[in-house]
Amino acid sequence: MLWASLAASIATLTLLLGLLYRPMGDYMAWVYSSAKNLKVERWAYAVMGVDPAKQQSWRAYLRAVLYFSLAGLLLLYLLQRVQQWLPYSQGGGNVEPAIAFNTAASFVANTNWQAYSGETLSYSVQLAGLTVQNFVSAATGMAVAVALIRGLAYRRSGVIGNFWVDLIRGSLRILLPISILGALVLITAGVVQNFNGFTQVHTLTGAQQLIPGGPVASQEVIKELGTNGGGFYNANSSHPFENPTGWTSLFECFLILLIPFSLPRTFGTMVGDKRQGYAILVTMAVLYLGSMAALAAFEFSGHGGAPGLAGAAMEGKETRFGLVQSVIFAATTTLTSTGAVNSMHDSYTSLGGMMQMLNMLLGEIAPGGVGSGLYGMLVIAVIAVFLAGLLVGRTPEYLGKKIGPSQMKLASLYILVMPLLVLAGVALSFGVPALKGSIVNESLANTGSHGLSEVLYAFASGANNNGSAFAGLDASTPWLTASIAVAMLLGRFIPIALVLALAGSFAAQDKIPATAGTLPTHRPLFISLTAGTAVLVTALVFFPVLALAPIAEGLM
Amino acid sequence: MSTTQVKPAQPQEASTPQPASHRSKLMSWEQIRTALPGMFKKLDPRLQWHNPVMFLVWIGACLTSAIAAAEPFIGGPQASGGTQVPVSFTAAVAIWLWLTVLFANLAESIAEGRGKAQAETLRKTRTSTPAFIPEDYDQLQDPGALTVQLREVSSADLKLGDTVVVSAGQLIPGDGDVIWGIASVDESAITGESAPVVREAGGDRSAVTGGTRVLSDRILVKITSRPGETFVDRMIALVEGASRARTPNEIALNILLSSLSIVFVAVVLTLNPIASYPASPASLTVLIALLVCLIPTTIGALLSAIGIAGMDRLVQRNVLAMSGRAVEAAGDVTTLLLDKTGTITYGNRRASAFAELTGVRRETMLQAAVYSSLADPTPEGTSIVDLGHELGVDVKPDAHSKVVPFSAQTRMSGLDLADGTSIRKGASSAIIAWLQEDGGQVAAVQAAELDEIATHISVSGGTPLVVASKQASGRGEILGVIHLKDIVKEGLPQRFEQLRAMGIRTVMVTGDNPLTAAAIAAEAGVDDYLAEATPEQKLHYIRREQEGGALVAMTGDGTNDAPALAQADVGVAMNTGTSAAKEAGNMVDLDSDPTKLIDIVAIGKQLLITRGALTTFSIANDIAKYFAIIPAIFVGALPGLQALNIMGLHSPASAVLSAVIFNAIVIVFLVPLALRGVKYRPMNAAKTLGRNIMIYGLGGIVTPFIGIWLIDQLIRFIPGF
Repeated sequence: MLWASLAASIATLTLLLGLLYRPMGDYMAWVYSSAKNLKVERWAYAVMGVDPAKQQSWRAYLRAVLYFSLAGLLLLYLLQRVQQWLPYSQGGGNVEPAIAFNTAASFVANTNWQAYSGETLSYSVQLAGLTVQNFVSAATGMAVAVALIRGLAYRRSGVIGNFWVDLIRGSLRILLPISILGALVLITAGVVQNFNGFTQVHTLTGAQQLIPGGPVASQEVIKELGTNGGGFYNANSSHPFENPTGWTSLFECFLILLIPFSLPRTFGTMVGDKRQGYAILVTMAVLYLGSMAALAAFEFSGHGGAPGLAGAAMEGKETRFGLVQSVIFAATTTLTSTGAVNSMHDSYTSLGGMMQMLNMLLGEIAPGGVGSGLYGMLVIAVIAVFLAGLLVGRTPEYLGKKIGPSQMKLASLYILVMPLLVLAGVALSFGVPALKGSIVNESLANTGSHGLSEVLYAFASGANNNGSAFAGLDASTPWLTASIAVAMLLGRFIPIALVLALAGSFAAQDKIPATAGTLPTHRPLFISLTAGTAVLVTALVFFPVLALAPIAEGLM
Repeated sequence: MSTTQVKPAQPQEASTPQPASHRSKLMSWEQIRTALPGMFKKLDPRLQWHNPVMFLVWIGACLTSAIAAAEPFIGGPQASGGTQVPVSFTAAVAIWLWLTVLFANLAESIAEGRGKAQAETLRKTRTSTPAFIPEDYDQLQDPGALTVQLREVSSADLKLGDTVVVSAGQLIPGDGDVIWGIASVDESAITGESAPVVREAGGDRSAVTGGTRVLSDRILVKITSRPGETFVDRMIALVEGASRARTPNEIALNILLSSLSIVFVAVVLTLNPIASYPASPASLTVLIALLVCLIPTTIGALLSAIGIAGMDRLVQRNVLAMSGRAVEAAGDVTTLLLDKTGTITYGNRRASAFAELTGVRRETMLQAAVYSSLADPTPEGTSIVDLGHELGVDVKPDAHSKVVPFSAQTRMSGLDLADGTSIRKGASSAIIAWLQEDGGQVAAVQAAELDEIATHISVSGGTPLVVASKQASGRGEILGVIHLKDIVKEGLPQRFEQLRAMGIRTVMVTGDNPLTAAAIAAEAGVDDYLAEATPEQKLHYIRREQEGGALVAMTGDGTNDAPALAQADVGVAMNTGTSAAKEAGNMVDLDSDPTKLIDIVAIGKQLLITRGALTTFSIANDIAKYFAIIPAIFVGALPGLQALNIMGLHSPASAVLSAVIFNAIVIVFLVPLALRGVKYRPMNAAKTLGRNIMIYGLGGIVTPFIGIWLIDQLIRFIPGF
C-alpha cells in the first residue's frame, strides 16, 4: 500500500517533469544564448555599466561572481544588523553579529542554513535580503553551470559568456515568471501571503495564541524553485501555512526538481547533442530513484533510531503528509541543495538518516541544486570519462574535449573540497577539547553514534549548501555558527572557481571529431560508469564515519 | 646500375618474427635475480619521493617499524578500538609494509632489467674506434678521397661535420650520411638482423649508424652527431628507462591518484578524533594499515613498470620511440598514412597477363615479352619470364644476343638479338619515343588500341608495360602489353576493417596515377588515397587532417619525407632512411617495416589500457578492504558493526593483517600483467569498455573478498591472532 502510493506519487512527478523537460530545457537554452535583451534588462545593463554583448574570460567571469556574492554577503549582513530600524520590524531587535554573518553566508551560498529562528527576522530583511538572495544565488549557480556548458560547446575560445547577462536573464526570465505562477498556485492551496504580523487569537480551550502571518507564498515558491530551502517559519515546510496539504507537498517537490532536471536538456541543446543531455538526465534519475527507494525501504520498515524507540515510523512526521510524502520530500530536498523539510530528519530511522546524509555527501548531483547539480555531475562525468578513456586505450575526451593533466587537476580538486570540509569540520568538533566541550555540553541533545550523526549531518549540509539539519543539534553556538558559515562559503565558491577554470580550459580547446574509437558518452554503459563513480567515490570517503555514526546506530 | 637491383632490407610481413636477440621471456628467475639489488637500492627515500603513493607506504613502514621496536619498552602493543592486539601484530604489519614497498621496487627493477641487457649489447658497439679523416679533402676534385693522405683520430674526438673514410672490415666511427660510395653494412649490432644492408651516397639510404661494420667497399661518411649524442647513446638511454619523461596521460593519472591519496589521508587523520566520541580510538599501527590499504598502492606500485614495459615492447619489435609521449600519441592516432609499396602491396609488381595488339600473333608477343625480360633481374622481370613459362613459352638467348639493361635515360630494358632485331619493354611513352626515333612511325590504329588497353589496365589497378620490336631496317611495331599487377598483401582488408572499428582511418599514399591508386585502394579496403603524392602534398594532407582534430601517423624514409614526418603526430622513420628523416620522426623502425605502424598503434593503446585496468582494479579493491578493516577497528566498542564483517574474519588483528598482506601480494601477482600489458583486441570503444569494466572493475571488487578471506584462513593459526 505504501509502495503503491509512493509509486503513484513518483509517477505523477515523473510525468510532470517529463512533459516539461524539453520545453523548459530548450527555453533555458534560448534564454542563455539569445542575442536580444528585454527593455528592463537593457536598463539594468545601462545602470551597471555592462556591455551585454561582451563575453568574459573565465577569470573575469569568476571575479564577477565573487564580487557580486561578496556584495550580497555584506548587504545581507548589514540588513540584519539594522533590522529594528527598518520598516515592518515586527518589534524584533538587531541580529547579533555571529548569527547575522552565518545567515548572510548561508543565503549567499544558496544554502539557507538557518542558525536563526525563521520568525526572528523582520519582513524587510526577509524580502529585501533573503528573498533577493534566494533569486540571485540560484541564478548564480545556473550561470556557472551555463558557463561550463559554453566551455564544452565553444571551440578555441577565450571567453565563456557574460556573468551579468546570465545572472539577470536567469533571474528575470526563468526564476521570476515561474515564481509568480507557482506562488499563485500555492496561495490557491491556502499558503499565507499577507503583511499582518502576529495575530492574537483565542482558542477553543480559552488559551491565547499568536499566529504569525507574512509574505509566505512568495518566499515559499522561490525557496523551492531556487533550491534554497530557507523557510519563512522555523518549522519550514512542515508548517501548515507553508505547506498545507499532501498535494502542495508534492507540488513543492515538483518546483524543487523542475530546473535541476531540465538543465540537462539545456546542456544537450547548447552543446548540440541532445543525447548527451539525456545521458546526464538518466544518470541523475537513476541515482534519485535508487536513493529514494532505499530511504523508503528503511522508513517503511521503521527499524532503529527514533521511530524504533517510539514504536512507530510516524515519529517526527506530519500526519497530513504521511510516510510517503515525507519520504519523497526528504529525498528530494537532500538530493538537491534545497534543505527545506516537511518532516524532522533527525527522527528518521538510523539508516534512513544515513540515506539523507549520503544524498548530500554524493555532492548533491542527482539532480542537485539549480546549476550546481549539473556542474557537479559534469565534473563526475569528466572523472568517469578519464577512467573510461584509459580503459579503452585513448586519451580521454568528453564531447571532443581532451581531459589532460590540467583538466584532471581541476576535477580532482573539485572532488577533494567537500570531503575535506566535512571531515575537517567533524574531526575538529570532536578532536579539539574546547570545541568538543561546546559540542557535547551545549549543542548535542543525544550521545554516542546519534550525536555524531547530528554533527556529521550539520557539516554535510553546510559544505554541500543544503541547509537542512538534524534538529537535535543546537547550531547557534559560536563554534558551529562560525565553522558552518566557513564550510558553506568554501563549499560553494571553491568549487565554482574550479568549475569556471575548467570551463575556460575546455573553451580554449578545439573539438576532436568523434570516431568509432571515441568512447560514446550517451550509452547505458557510460551512464552506469558515471553513476558508479559518483557512488564509489562517496562511499570510499565516508564509509568509516558513516560506519561509526548511522550504521553503528542502525545495527545496534 | 639498375635502381631496382639492390633492395636493401626488404620490407617484411606484419607477422615477421622478431630477431631472437631481442626476444626475452616475460619473467624468468634470472631476471628476478638480477633485479634484486635494484629492489633494495630503490628503498632510498630520494627515489621513493617521486612516487607519492609509494612514498606514503614507505613512511608508514618506517613508522610501524619504529613502533614495533619501541613496544617492548612501553609495555606491549597499544589496544586499538577497544580490542587487545597480539604482541607480534605491529611487527607483522611493519614487515608486510616493507614487503609492499619492496614488491613495488621489484616490479620496476624487473622492467628496467629487461632493457639493461639490451643496453649492454649496445654499449659494446660504443667502444672507441679509430677514424680516418682525409687531409685536405676536396669534394670537387677528388670526391672519393682516393689520392689524399688519411689522418687517424679516435672516434671520441670526431666533431660534427667531419668527413671520415671507412673501408671494408672497419667499424663506422659515428652516425652520419654516406657522401660518396656504396657499401654493404652489417647492422646486426643494432637491429639484430644478420643480413647486411646496402648504404649508398645520395638517395634515401645514405644514413649509417656508429658502431656498425662495413663489410665491403669503401665509403666516405659525413658525421652528423656529436660523440655522446649518437643514435646508440639515445637508444641506450631509452631502453634503460633513464630518460623516461612522464607522459601527459601518466601525469593526469598521477594527479587523480594523488588526490585520492590525499582524501584517504584526510579520512585516516580524522578517524580517531571522530571515533573517540562514539567509540574508542584506533592505534597508530592500525591507522597506518588502513591508510596503506586504501590508497591506490596497486597501481602506484606498478605505474612506472607499466611505462617502462610499454617502451620495452616497442624495443622488442625493433622500434625505438624517442619519447613516451610518442607511444601514447600512437594510441590516439585517428589517421594512418600508409605507403602503398611495401605496406599495402608487396614491394614488387607481378606480371599477370599478356595482351597482344590486333594483327600480332600471340606467339610473337609472348616470345618477345619473355626475350625482353630474360636478362632482367628485377622481380618484375622474373615474374614475366615465369608467366611466359607457365603459358608454354620456352626461349633461350643465343650467345650473340646483347642484353640492354634498364637505364634511367631510356626507361626501357630489353635484348638485341643476333639477327639485328631489338626487343624492348617499358612505359608506353618511352616505347613510342623509341619507335619514333630515327624517323620511325607508329600507326594511329596501333596507338589508339594501345591507349585503350593501357587505360583498361590502369583502371584495374595495374601497370601497363609495352613490348615492341624493331628490325634491323629500323621498322618497328608495337606487339602488345604486359599487365603488371600490384599484389595486395593477404589479410590487409581485414586488418583495415579492424582499424576502422577502432576508429582509425587508413590513407594509402602512392606515386601512382589516380586511376591505379583508386583501384588498389578499393582492393585493399583503405578509406582514402593520395595519388601522385609529392612530399608537399603529404604535408598538406597531414595539416588538413590535423586541422580537423585528427592525430596522424605516418612512415617515411627519404629526406623529402622529413617535413611530413615532423608534422605528423607519430612519425616513424625507417632505419634505412636518411638521417634527416630519422631526426624528424619521433620513432625509428630498425626493421624498416612500414606495416609495423599498425602494431605501434596497438602498443600505444595497450599501454593506456593497462594503466586504466590496474587503476580501476586498485580502486575497486578498497570496498573489500573496508569491509575487512572498519568492523575490525571498532567492533570492540560498537559490537553492532560485527554485522559488517561479511567475510567472517577471525579476529580484528587477523582481519587487519590479512588486508595488509593481500594488498602486498596482489602487487606481485599483477607484475606479469604490468610487464606484458593487458591483452588488446581491436574492437570499438564501447565494447572494449564493457569488457574491461567487467574484468577489472567487477573483478577488482570480488577478488579481494576471496583473497583476504583465504589469507585469514591461514593467519588465524598464528598464536594470538
